[in-house]
Amino acid sequence: MGYGAHLMIPVDHATPLSVFAATIAPTQLVHLTPVDGVIIVFYFALVLTIGFYLKRYANTSEDYFMAGREMTAWIAGLSFLSANLGALELMGWAGAAYQYGIQAVHWYWIGAIPAMLFLGLVMMPFYYISKTHSVPGYLKLRFGEPTRAISAVTFAVMTVLMSGINMYSMALVMKVVLGWNINFSIWVSAITVAVYVGLGGLRSAIFNEVLQFMLIWAGALLIPILGLVEAHGWNNLKAQIARNAGAEYTHVWSTLGTFHTNPLGINWFGIVFGLGFVISFGYWTTDFLVVQRILAAKDIRSAKMAPIIGAAFKMFVPFIVILPGLLGIALLPMKLTGEGLAVATGGHSYNEVLPLMLARYAGPGLLGLGVTALMAGFMSGMAGNVSAFATVWTYDLYKALFHKSATDRQLVSMGRWCTILGVLISIGTAYIVMDFLSIMDYVQALFSFFIAPLFGTVILGMLWKRATAAGGFWGLLIGTLSSVGMWAWVKVNPSAVGTLAFYPNAGPLAQDVWRGLWCWIVCVVVTIVVSLMTRPKPDSELVGLVMGVTPIPSEGELALYQRPIFWAVIVMVVLVALNIYLW
Amino acid sequence: MSERESISIWFFIGISLLGDGLLTLSAGLWEIWNPPMTRVVLYQFHANAWGGALLAVVGAAYCWYFAPSKTR
Repeated sequence: MGYGAHLMIPVDHATPLSVFAATIAPTQLVHLTPVDGVIIVFYFALVLTIGFYLKRYANTSEDYFMAGREMTAWIAGLSFLSANLGALELMGWAGAAYQYGIQAVHWYWIGAIPAMLFLGLVMMPFYYISKTHSVPGYLKLRFGEPTRAISAVTFAVMTVLMSGINMYSMALVMKVVLGWNINFSIWVSAITVAVYVGLGGLRSAIFNEVLQFMLIWAGALLIPILGLVEAHGWNNLKAQIARNAGAEYTHVWSTLGTFHTNPLGINWFGIVFGLGFVISFGYWTTDFLVVQRILAAKDIRSAKMAPIIGAAFKMFVPFIVILPGLLGIALLPMKLTGEGLAVATGGHSYNEVLPLMLARYAGPGLLGLGVTALMAGFMSGMAGNVSAFATVWTYDLYKALFHKSATDRQLVSMGRWCTILGVLISIGTAYIVMDFLSIMDYVQALFSFFIAPLFGTVILGMLWKRATAAGGFWGLLIGTLSSVGMWAWVKVNPSAVGTLAFYPNAGPLAQDVWRGLWCWIVCVVVTIVVSLMTRPKPDSELVGLVMGVTPIPSEGELALYQRPIFWAVIVMVVLVALNIYLW
Repeated sequence: MSERESISIWFFIGISLLGDGLLTLSAGLWEIWNPPMTRVVLYQFHANAWGGALLAVVGAAYCWYFAPSKTR
């Protein structure tokens, strides 16, 4: 999920998701054999078994919502990444790679890695030392109840709505790829997630996310390997792409000097500061869906290492997502198009490139693994949504506003009911959008409104002790409203894109990047101005929350290779080398 | 994770990879002995046979190394 579910349009980038829903291909792309069916059933049986097994370890609220804060860095790190790696993300970004070329990789590299490393090295100590249960919980400690309320309500509402939309989108994908009935896909996947998260809480969600991470790789890895064999290596692949689409499809930076020399319609400044800084940092450091996995780490060193481990693996996800899209440009016999044109001509759309490549290489068994990978991705994302919703509702709304004296047993009970309720609301949302498709586009846009300003509020709260409660509240509120305003402005007056994104032909991804940058700036400016006009908290009340007044445990006694900064530097060096190689 | 008396997640992953690997390997071997009429691209590499075998080996290694009797 991640940008897939929360910030970017997951399935379709060129046209609204509702268009994809309304225009799905009439025939299925792949046909499963009995052994493929057995692999899929085996997967469902295993995740349910894990849920039932882990129920015995979810007795207290700390167990249920925080997985007992017992996860190692590896488990937390892989879960952190897996919660973001949804099926729609896989298909959507493979489609984006076909459509925009290798520059789609920016959303995995500069648009993720620096932010993940920053989370581990700079922000995680404050989240962890404050012992908060959630990101809204941190805002309560730092800025007070009103700021938490805004953050908690928007997060809870949008999370279940997004979960429902993703559920419906996934059911559509299953219909397109496998010809499955939409109701069947929705109910089977939803009930499975409700059972294993409801029983085992965050521990069960995390266990299954790690399992799903492995299955995604197992199911998707053969596509790029066989694709490179068929293309006769990377250099021949690039030459073929240059012939079929253009040389600019194979360079990540060299065509970003101006807006009109690259398929995205964006320049390097927008990529570096809009995507690489604001949007990426906003998502990876403040979206509770992913941060919750790190909060479950067993100690502060594990909490710092987990995002770094996640970043190391994130760097190689393009191998199973972006590369299949590029292989599609070079190897597929047909030309893929946008959804509308695909339906009009009876062809295939960009979004179908991953299943098309799967069908190209995967025989019996491998096909079942590939479909299991897609389903695993979807369910890990949904479990992430539901477990995060249950935690924010229980701690930041139910306990904070409605039942301050709730006992531990009541909190666990509320968490279980919330998990079921969250799934039911998601199912309801899925059926509503089935009838009112345009809702999908609006809700997806809505979620993106909150991320960038939230990052402005959290980062100022952590790094600037002068930031006040009033500053945090008004900065978050006005920053969010400015994002809504810019979105509405472009809706009413499409020519405003030229002002907002400096380029009238800027695509949807470029518009998201620039809107995020502007509303972050609004949030930061308002927070600073209001803070300077209001009285700050004394330092004694900021201990454990803000840099400069919080003692961070020393790592001096650790060997160099045990220190998070050592591995973060290695990840950054590899990232820079990859970017230079593909310049 | 702090396995706290629990079965390691890596053992579950081993079970998953071993099961999927054996199923995929079986399908691959079946295809070798009974070649299908319609074939995928690069069929001659029998990717499901060696891919399944690889998964099964990795899964078996995980099952052995993280067996509940050893991690408790």
